[in-house]
Amino acid sequence: MSLLSVDELQVTYQTQGGPVPAVRGVAFELARGEVLGLAGESGCGKSTIAGAILRLLPKGTDVSGRVLLDDQNVLELKPGKLRAVRWTEASIVFQGAMHALNPVQRIGDQIAEPIILHGQAGEREALVRAGSLLEQVGLPARRLRDYPHELSGGQRQRVMIAMALACSPRLIIADEPTTALDVMVQAQVLRLLKELQRELGLAMIFITHDLSVLVETCDRLAVMYAGRIIEEGAADTVFRQPAHPYTRALSAAFPEIGDARFRMHPAGLPGDPPYPADLPSGCTFHPRCPDAFGPCSTVDPPLFDVSPGRRAACLLLDAGRASLRAAARTDDHADDDLPAEGQG
Amino acid sequence: MKPTIERPAPAPEPEPLGDQVKLPKSVKAIARTRRKEAALRTWRQYRKSKMGMAGLGILIFFVLVAIFAPVLASRCELSPTCASGPILSPPSWQYPLGTDDLGRSVLALVIWGSRISIAVGLAATLITVVIGTSFGLAAGYYGGWRESALMRVTDWFLVIPFLPLAIVLSVILTPSLTTVILVIGITSWASTARVVRAQVLSLKTRTYVERSRALGASHWHLMSRHILPNVGPLIFANTVLIVAVAILSETTLSFLNLGPDPATNISWGTILEFAFGGGAAFSNDWWWIVPPGLAVVLVVLAFTMIGYALDEILNPKLRAR
Amino acid sequence: MEVRDLHVSFTGRLGLGAGLVGKKAAVARAVDGVSLSLQKGEVLALAGESGCGKTTAARAIMGLERPHRGEILYEDEPIWKDLRAYRRKVQMVFQDPTGALNPRETVYESVAEGLRIHRVPGDERTQVAKALSSAGMRPPERFFLNYPHELSGGQRQRVVIAGALVLEPHMIVADEPVSNLDASVRGEILALLMDLRRRLGLTILIVTHDLGLAWMVADRVAVMYLGRVVEIGPAEDVLVHPKHPYTKALLDVVPEVGGGGRPILKGEPPDPTRIPAGCRFHPRCPVVASGRAERLGILGRCTGEDLGLEQKAPGHQVACYLTELGEEP
Repeated sequence: MSLLSVDELQVTYQTQGGPVPAVRGVAFELARGEVLGLAGESGCGKSTIAGAILRLLPKGTDVSGRVLLDDQNVLELKPGKLRAVRWTEASIVFQGAMHALNPVQRIGDQIAEPIILHGQAGEREALVRAGSLLEQVGLPARRLRDYPHELSGGQRQRVMIAMALACSPRLIIADEPTTALDVMVQAQVLRLLKELQRELGLAMIFITHDLSVLVETCDRLAVMYAGRIIEEGAADTVFRQPAHPYTRALSAAFPEIGDARFRMHPAGLPGDPPYPADLPSGCTFHPRCPDAFGPCSTVDPPLFDVSPGRRAACLLLDAGRASLRAAARTDDHADDDLPAEGQG
Repeated sequence: MKPTIERPAPAPEPEPLGDQVKLPKSVKAIARTRRKEAALRTWRQYRKSKMGMAGLGILIFFVLVAIFAPVLASRCELSPTCASGPILSPPSWQYPLGTDDLGRSVLALVIWGSRISIAVGLAATLITVVIGTSFGLAAGYYGGWRESALMRVTDWFLVIPFLPLAIVLSVILTPSLTTVILVIGITSWASTARVVRAQVLSLKTRTYVERSRALGASHWHLMSRHILPNVGPLIFANTVLIVAVAILSETTLSFLNLGPDPATNISWGTILEFAFGGGAAFSNDWWWIVPPGLAVVLVVLAFTMIGYALDEILNPKLRAR
Repeated sequence: MEVRDLHVSFTGRLGLGAGLVGKKAAVARAVDGVSLSLQKGEVLALAGESGCGKTTAARAIMGLERPHRGEILYEDEPIWKDLRAYRRKVQMVFQDPTGALNPRETVYESVAEGLRIHRVPGDERTQVAKALSSAGMRPPERFFLNYPHELSGGQRQRVVIAGALVLEPHMIVADEPVSNLDASVRGEILALLMDLRRRLGLTILIVTHDLGLAWMVADRVAVMYLGRVVEIGPAEDVLVHPKHPYTKALLDVVPEVGGGGRPILKGEPPDPTRIPAGCRFHPRCPVVASGRAERLGILGRCTGEDLGLEQKAPGHQVACYLTELGEEP
């Protein structure tokens, strides 16, 4: 029985310029103790999902679908129950710890706050717990009395992690936890997260644009584009053998040092990630896709099965269209002056 | 064979603003044409702003009133000797805004008062802005000992209390309109300088300023093309406040005999002073207080509205898409 | 381009009280003796963590910071002799494409700025169009009147690049040119830089913290730590067979499939106001920490004697006592 089950999640922001669909039908499952990576660039909706799971999105946002946390639909909980669930069942490690911490409050108090709010302990006891949490994340307990500006970036991120662990949740959502950090510090924080996850048996959703980080830390990987999941599967297979053209391009941006294929061959995608308010027709990726063909501009593909446990949303993978695609390909190349493969 | 990445045409872009215009060859001519183009564009956009047009309208109205005062009301009306109306009478057909305690038409007083009030307001503000911006810009931009020196001077002027300085100056200088303008200017520029300096300090660190330096820009280029335009809106916002203060400060100064003789030189401020002195606030002679007060409020409002509209235009991000 | 023994320091501000008491302000030796040379048409990556001085070194090379010691020579002429002329030949691309463009100026004006500053003769419009086109913004006229906030991150960076290209420079200094951009857009911008190098024969100095990027585009890599270059050589050598313990540590932590089991350096990148004695890396050096340095007999020198780059192989220099012994980290 999975810990978290998200089904048909749709989130639409209400803005001055009209409704903006940030998430357009996302579904995934997370078992206890499993680590799922959510990859994607700006505008793809991944941070929105983090907010949606704990209902932290701005008032007026349209959220529909089901988010089952231990068989309770978070989206339908009454405020009282919702507050009880927040932080004790699932918590978030936010990105940009510099701004997520209150600069005029000691970090010990900030860590202790959720403990006290949830009535799990009195003030003194909560501080003691905060101290042991700090030790758990690798900081000496005496730093409870420090203010955020007295800590370095990496240390602040550890404080964020300690805060997320405060009420012993079973699920931690880490939203770009290492993005602003140096590689060395990033490695330290990632290792910390992995250790904690193993020790405490936490389930984790790891959200970032950095595919290589996900590959190292996650069991499964889901790649998002324009509000939908367009590929998912085991982390290393998705990275090493991407099925979707977008995933292929994204993983090319994170080369393996030492692999000669990546030398002097930076490859990216033309154009830019689409604005959620202004999505292309059909497959939202088609304007930038090197393999796009006829139906791509009109048909928005669902997730097809590539192999057991692996799915991708690309028409190229739909067996029924394979012949169509082959025909279209030869048509496309008819006008090219390029020599056919194998020659030249 | 190494795989090549096809580069399809770039994704559709938002429509560019404005039209393509035929440009002459020389750089200077191009620059001039572009400036004209930019000014026209700004005007066309300004026209669309109802608030901006309303503000401009009010301001032009009052400026015209000031200019054409002799035509609208005879000068004689201001002198107590000419005054022929009943004392403190409410508005009537003959005296649309009633009369004051000397029997003068309040309407005439307000019309003539606009001259001094607006002149002082604009002139003093101009001095304040020019001095304040220069100091603030130079201090913020150059830094180092120059900044320290300039800011100490600024602090000195900031700290000087208005009234004592005015009194001292009233003893030294000959009372006149110029003196009033100077005094207001001298005492007000310091706060503008501080505000400008703070903004300049923050702008100095922007990457585009550094990029300009990397391109080889001179100090002058940086100050005029990058820093000043981005300080502009702030200065204008500041200006609005100063106009109001200037117009009202003029009143005070006139009574310290720093300005031209209040008995014969009418400004909105002096009308208000006379009205309060004459007890209009406690008796029901509203027509004496309201018109000049309203005039001040309207002029200040006009500046505010113009400032608002201009900021919307000058700050491209605020423009509705 | 040649840089010799460059030193750039920043002095902290001193409060009035502290100054009176005779305290000295903390001096941050951001660049503490860096020597580099760049051949025409090559791409050199200056790599390291934040605080290592790479950005400061790049800015000094651009003439935006005044070094208090050392020389920077371009085509054998010190750059400070004629900075204005130098600027026509060496241009810069910045990390933050949004901040690098004046929000009140149109794309046309931003690109034309360089031309106007240097009063370059010729048809401004054609030159601007050509630069935008080279930077991949086609058709260029379409973008003339756009404002930066109407463009995407990748497009803004292209405008910045066009602004640098319009002066037809020989060399470009790029400070983290793609780190603020989306991952899928990075490849395009990097491909553009490579393309420009090929077509226009540009020399490029890229400052980056991302060794993967260096692997993708650089001919040579210089790794910096706390103000010094600790290893420099061809990318294939430095990134695949690193000879300095720091380089090796950086490479070990690059996330990858099945990775994460390798040693991570403890602590934070250190403070340029408090540079350790001896080899500046020794407090964090795994070779010292594991006792191997002691066993090899170099511990005393690691902690006591400062050192510069020693030759390891032609073109590959390392600042580490291990190399003298022919050892690997």
